[in-house]
Amino acid sequence: MTALPPTTDRKLGLVIDLDTCVGCHACVVACKGWNTENYGAPLSDQDAYGGAPSGTFLNRVHSYEVRPTTGTAKLVHFPKSCLHCDDAPCVTVCPTGASYKRSADGIVLVNEDACIGCGLCAWACPYGAREMDADAGVMKKCTLCVDRIYNENLPEVDREPACVRTCPAGARHFGDFADPDSNVSRLTEERGGFDLMPELGTKPVNKYLPPRERDRSEDIDILAPYLEPVTEDANGFLGWLERTLSKLPGGR
Amino acid sequence: MASPEPVVDTSPHVSDEVRKTTCYMCACRCGINVHLKEDADGQKRVAYIEGNRDHPVNKGVLCAKGSAGIMQVNAPSRLRAPLRRVGPRGSGEFVEISWDEALKTATEWLAPLREKAPEKLAFFTGRDQSQSFTSLWAQAFGTPNYAAHGGFCSVNMAAAGIYTMGGAFWEFGQPDWDHAKLFLLFGVAEDHDSNPIKMGIGKLKKRGAKVVGINPIRTGYNAVADDWYGITPGTDGLLILSLIHCLMKAGRVDLPYLAQFTNASCIVNEDPSSPQHGLLLRDEQGKPQVVDGRTGRLAAWDAAGVEPDLGATYRHGGVTHRPVFHLMADRYLDPAYAPEAVAERTGISADRIRQLAAEIARAAFDTPLEIDRPWIDFRGKTHDKMIGRPVAMHAMRGISAHSNGFQTARALHTLQILIGAVETPGGMRFKPPYPKPSTAHPKPHCKVTPGHPLNGPHLGYPQGPEDLCLSDTGGPARIDKAFSWENPLSAHGLMHMVISNAHAGDPYRIDTLFLYMANMSWNSSMNTSGTMKMLTDTDPVSGDYVIPRIIYSDAYSSEMVAYADLILPDTTYLERHDCISLLDRPICEADAAADAIRWPVIEPDRDVRGFQSVLCDLGGRLGLPGFVAEDGSAKYADYADYITNHIRRPGIGPLAGWRKDKDGKDQSGRGTANPDQLRRYIDNGGFWSEHVPDGAAYYKPFNRAYQDWAVKLGFYDSPQPYIFQLYSEPLRRFQMAGQGKGTHLPPDHLAERLASTMDPLPIWYPPFEDSSVDTRDFPIHALTQRPMAMYHSWGSQNAWLRQIHGMNPLYVSSRIWNDKGFSDGDWARVTSAHGEITVPAVEMAALNDHTVWTWNAIGKRRGAWALDPAAPEATKGFLLNHLIHELLPPKGDGMRWTNSDPITGQAAWFDLRVRIERCDPPAASQPAHAPIQSPVPAAPKSLRWKVGK
Amino acid sequence: MHPARSVIIFTTLSGLGFGLLVWLGLGMPSPKGLVAFVFFTIAYLLAAGGLVASTFHLGHPERALRAFTQWRTSWLSREAVISVATLLVMAAYGAGLVFWDTRIVWLGWLGAALSLATVLATSMIYAQLKTVPRWNHWTTPALFLALSVAGGALLAGQLRFALPLLAVAGGVQVVAWMTGDKRFRGRGTSVATATGLGGMGDIRAFEPPHTGTNYLMREMVHVIGRKHASRLRMLSLLLGYGLPIALMMLPFNHWLALLAVIAHITGVFASRWLFFAEAEHVVGLYYGRK
Ligand SMILES: Nc1nc2c(c(=O)[nH]1)N[C@H]1C(S)=C(S)[C@@H](COP(=O)(O)OP(=O)(O)OC[C@H]3O[C@@H](n4cnc5c(=O)[nH]c(N)nc54)[C@H](O)[C@@H]3O)O[C@H]1N2
Ligand SMILES: Nc1nc2c(c(=O)[nH]1)N[C@H]1C(S)=C(S)[C@@H](COP(=O)(O)OP(=O)(O)OC[C@H]3O[C@@H](n4cnc5c(=O)[nH]c(N)nc54)[C@H](O)[C@@H]3O)O[C@H]1N2
Ligand code: SF4
Ligand code: SF4
Ligand code: SF4
Ligand code: SF4
Ligand code: SF4
Ligand SMILES: [Mo]
Repeated sequence: MTALPPTTDRKLGLVIDLDTCVGCHACVVACKGWNTENYGAPLSDQDAYGGAPSGTFLNRVHSYEVRPTTGTAKLVHFPKSCLHCDDAPCVTVCPTGASYKRSADGIVLVNEDACIGCGLCAWACPYGAREMDADAGVMKKCTLCVDRIYNENLPEVDREPACVRTCPAGARHFGDFADPDSNVSRLTEERGGFDLMPELGTKPVNKYLPPRERDRSEDIDILAPYLEPVTEDANGFLGWLERTLSKLPGGR
Repeated sequence: MASPEPVVDTSPHVSDEVRKTTCYMCACRCGINVHLKEDADGQKRVAYIEGNRDHPVNKGVLCAKGSAGIMQVNAPSRLRAPLRRVGPRGSGEFVEISWDEALKTATEWLAPLREKAPEKLAFFTGRDQSQSFTSLWAQAFGTPNYAAHGGFCSVNMAAAGIYTMGGAFWEFGQPDWDHAKLFLLFGVAEDHDSNPIKMGIGKLKKRGAKVVGINPIRTGYNAVADDWYGITPGTDGLLILSLIHCLMKAGRVDLPYLAQFTNASCIVNEDPSSPQHGLLLRDEQGKPQVVDGRTGRLAAWDAAGVEPDLGATYRHGGVTHRPVFHLMADRYLDPAYAPEAVAERTGISADRIRQLAAEIARAAFDTPLEIDRPWIDFRGKTHDKMIGRPVAMHAMRGISAHSNGFQTARALHTLQILIGAVETPGGMRFKPPYPKPSTAHPKPHCKVTPGHPLNGPHLGYPQGPEDLCLSDTGGPARIDKAFSWENPLSAHGLMHMVISNAHAGDPYRIDTLFLYMANMSWNSSMNTSGTMKMLTDTDPVSGDYVIPRIIYSDAYSSEMVAYADLILPDTTYLERHDCISLLDRPICEADAAADAIRWPVIEPDRDVRGFQSVLCDLGGRLGLPGFVAEDGSAKYADYADYITNHIRRPGIGPLAGWRKDKDGKDQSGRGTANPDQLRRYIDNGGFWSEHVPDGAAYYKPFNRAYQDWAVKLGFYDSPQPYIFQLYSEPLRRFQMAGQGKGTHLPPDHLAERLASTMDPLPIWYPPFEDSSVDTRDFPIHALTQRPMAMYHSWGSQNAWLRQIHGMNPLYVSSRIWNDKGFSDGDWARVTSAHGEITVPAVEMAALNDHTVWTWNAIGKRRGAWALDPAAPEATKGFLLNHLIHELLPPKGDGMRWTNSDPITGQAAWFDLRVRIERCDPPAASQPAHAPIQSPVPAAPKSLRWKVGK
Repeated sequence: MHPARSVIIFTTLSGLGFGLLVWLGLGMPSPKGLVAFVFFTIAYLLAAGGLVASTFHLGHPERALRAFTQWRTSWLSREAVISVATLLVMAAYGAGLVFWDTRIVWLGWLGAALSLATVLATSMIYAQLKTVPRWNHWTTPALFLALSVAGGALLAGQLRFALPLLAVAGGVQVVAWMTGDKRFRGRGTSVATATGLGGMGDIRAFEPPHTGTNYLMREMVHVIGRKHASRLRMLSLLLGYGLPIALMMLPFNHWLALLAVIAHITGVFASRWLFFAEAEHVVGLYYGRK
């Protein structure tokens, strides 16, 4: 099981739009809710009402401040869950075969019944996408909502990951990267979707869309005509008003 | 050889039943699907909550708080039974009592007040959505002292909108997300329209429209804004008036729109000797006059066929009377509003102000939006198209929570109207039953008759000094001094002044303070430590508490619980009936009228009752008119009964959906009560909605099709077209009083302030705190923001959310950080004119240079919310409220003004000025209050919440 | 990385134990009877004890048998398989010595090779991780192997070998530290590549996803003070390598030998603690750490 499939029939994954993500954590909690109730052991919380609460989450939203050499600083909200890597090191290190990548759709999963909770896969993942559940003693990770996307008990429109369904800003997209015409392939193409830490050779399936350029001070020459003065003071203004009103359709 | 992949059950059973109701984690009121599963013990439990795709508000999406509702409903902090205080106030020592005892006690306290002095009851409610009901109860009781929380929240925004154009943002109106090309967001971190704003920004981004954030802090929406203006707090009015200056100077204003649909064309009485000086010229019917372009003569603004002339003046008796628009030209073309003149003060360079003005001009006028949809206006004129100026704006507390917020919000609406971007495609659109001008709202009422109801609704929109709520001696009639000369247009009351005034006995003493879902001893008060003292202070002579009795309804073990004598524990939002009514603050969208309910999707497992049902019961016990049946018993068995059967006006009840016509058939809007109504709502997913007809979609105040539809649905009884009030006569009337004109005159010490702030055209003046403290001593602005994943104080009892925001550092601008020699891990001592706090500090570059800020309401009192005393919320979290006083420092004459907007009484949270210095970390953030005893059992250590097997 | 006690104990003790088995397998020394029994007991206590300690940090030790299945791809699985094979082979070999006074030479050689392979497998568990640049280098197996055979030699009383081997191990240790300190940077992984936002400017972690801690931060985002680390390094060098070498240069004495062994083990513990504590996982970049 720890061998990666040479290829997968489909490559399901997410596109996360950093231009649009407002950092609301909706996806974080929807994920927590769905996965506490569904696939495998519940996502537990320790010291839930205490001094150092700490629970298992499969999706977390960071934020980064970016300071360009000139111009104003920017803030980028940055959601992160498993990227379902094609060359997933978390899978090959697993001693039990509990970690595997599905050959049908490329989803990386943990078979919790086989997991000994050694934690090595979490060490092998560069992205911090795996968390050991302190209560269940098994490794938890994003399942790409494998129990939603094919779930015949859900209406067809709802067969998408919980985090995608809930994202109020529409910053998360789910689809098949093996299909060049899919929404996710097209978005990646059009908006220059990129990989996280490409140098580590994990070949993530999930892609990130860069924030659009911010604070472009447009050439004042382009904008200046829009503010071409018609007057310098109130009197001049009334003169202009007079002239303009008479030119309007139905004017005096 | 790979071993076969494990078989995964990809179609697990999702839930046994889905019940659809309305979220309560904030006032956005999204539709939710509550998935229930049978637990091991056979009980149906909440297994999962997701958004309702069919719901008009959220269309399936859900925010973090909404999804975490499951942790709200199982929170260990839930109150379990009515409580009677046994320890001293503030100790948190209670015994659990029966409902019978609780209701008897409340009745014994309240009944004598009603008979002798109903005003001795002050009944104030928090951010609930049943104000049309609670106010009815208070009115029946007969006390003038009722309001909800709007006074400390955002009444500036609401009142400025209503007075200017018959509606403001959020519950009254929204950007035209589908058509806007440029979107300006002023002073918003999250807002009530939480999911719709996010969905809207998503739509704009998808279409490649431009988003501009104007905010000292760049997080959240402002982080995704394409352009960010890190404005200096309190100066938006100046920036906006400068934009107006630029646009007028370039002639980039929508003249036909201004002429036809605003009072820019109305003629102002400019005769200084006239008692009407500065008001609009009116005909015998009292209708404001315009010059009709067809005849050159005066005509009523709304006369059939009239073509108001923006340019023409009217000469009479040797005086030239000019249209409002001329006065605006006079004022706003003044060089005082030139970008260069305001750049330093606003912190935005003149170039960038011009750039923003030019972008507005380009988006509005270069590529106007035309929808081929003919419509007829109220003068009978047919327009063959709907022409839009696709510049949308939205604003909230960042501009309104300042002492100049009302005028700033007016300035903003003026900007929108000048470019013709209100109720036109691509601009701002009202949500039914708005638009509704101030004149269509009630006026405030305060006449007390012991043993009888008040003479009318408490809250409203005064049109002039004669509408104020004053005592016989001219002082305030209400405990919060709303609708007095201090804050004449305080349309939502001043909840933040109730405790302070009641404690001071100014204007009078009260007996019972009755509060509902407002954490007044903590995050919703200014001067939190002082408030706690006022609540526990005793009379030196009698030894009684200065505020003798406090009744409070909360659902959870909040900080406020400890300060009440009697606790009426509420249900959680999944355990009760609620009604989000068109009579109140409905959930409508620009394209649809809608209302909604909550219903008990689970049964409470504690001895708690829905507060509204408790009010029905109390109303019966007290014999309040409207709450007793003919036989003297309680008229409504519970709130569900009220929702279904209460009739407000003929044909109009709390809910508009599935009423009955005279043949017993279903009818929306008007109709008789339908005993099956709640069932119909439940079957429809918890809401009702009806689409605005296409031809009525825009120009609502002026559009006959809309007006007729609104009458049909029962929003008004006859068409009520109106034009926008760029020039505000109510303001002018108060200004005149301040200038000593007329018969209703203010006390001397307030005259000057009224004369200068109540300007009928938008103005800007510096926030009051700037002039009452030495700004060299307190050079820094200190702000709070709502975190998207927390709701005020109640998020902290939520095991999932508190992991996201378990403490709140003070974010310090890089400029201050470096100036003051901060480094990572340092704490900051923050001092205001009023107090001092010591708190953890973190650097932030994407922040106005002169500003520090923190997340609101994360800090908690030890012992509250069933949290461990070592909880980071208590040891590292903090409230900025300790630094904010409800009164400004004394002035020369020893008088202290409230820290509020002088027009509406809106609490000026964001005027705060501080200085800061670095310090080493103390053991815990300061001030640290003594722990309160928890009225609920200790919380479990860990959670593994799975309902199904 | 979080320096977990069980893992430090495991790697240190089992390394020593397997190192001792190497020398026993090679017949250096080649004791018989009771002496052999004592030697093998010590080796097994160390090797197997370490293995047992390693199961302490498992979430589900009862499923440990599953760890033998994935030897084709997983170094951890290989370690399990090889270590058990080693223990079985060496048990047979040892039984020959203890009970039958027989040394089956080929079995000893096989056992020695397997012992080395076990240590190599253990080291490769760490060395394979690209996510921890400090480990992801030949110095990791080199150090584990050198320490194992050197420590083994010390325990086995093969001072002739122990002395140079310790010197070599010390050298590898120094190289591992010196190169390790630069490796994270050298790999080019930074918050810029981690977030893909490098093109926009200087990036700083602003708000973490949770104000509290989490599994990742506890497990992988461990920071120790630089001063503290360099002091520990000196201590480790001194106790683990310097002192034993110095003691061995003195005329032989059992007490001195014991002291050398204790010093060495203490030094290796310190080195191993640092091995984990100083290891920077790339995920720390997301949390503003390195
Ligand atoms: N520094 C600073 N202070 C501020 C603000 C700011 O921006 N900065 N903002 C101000 C504004 S706008 C507001 S609205 C206030 C908000 O402040 P509050 O109105 O005090 O808000 P909450 O903390 O939500 O407290 C409401 C109370 O309602 C209780 N509650 C929750 N659910 C229920 C229920 O179902 N039934 C009942 N009966 N009770 C319930 C909660 O337990 C809590 O005790 O804060 C104000 N304070
Ligand atoms: N998640 C969540 N949602 C909520 C709430 C909650 O507690 N949590 N509370 C609800 C309530 S009661 C309310 S009233 C609304 C309030 O919603 P918002 O209006 O978004 O209120 P705040 O979070 O106080 O944000 C005020 C914003 O104004 C900015 N600001 C401050 N001063 C100025 C200024 O002078 N000029 C400009 N341009 N900006 C300024 C601040 O930086 C901040 O971004 O949110 C509601 N929605
Ligand atoms: S729900 Fe969407 S907008 Fe909110 S944090 Fe997640 S990705 Fe970002
Ligand atoms: S993101 Fe991490 S856990 Fe997910 S497949 Fe890649 S390496 Fe494995
Ligand atoms: S923790 Fe579980 S899934 Fe991860 S490597 Fe160990 S056995 Fe495999
Ligand atoms: S796909 Fe499912 S499991 Fe993965 S982050 Fe989204 S909600 Fe969580
Ligand atoms: S925005 Fe969130 S908390 Fe508010 S009602 Fe909607 S889902 Fe609930
Ligand atoms: Mo509010």
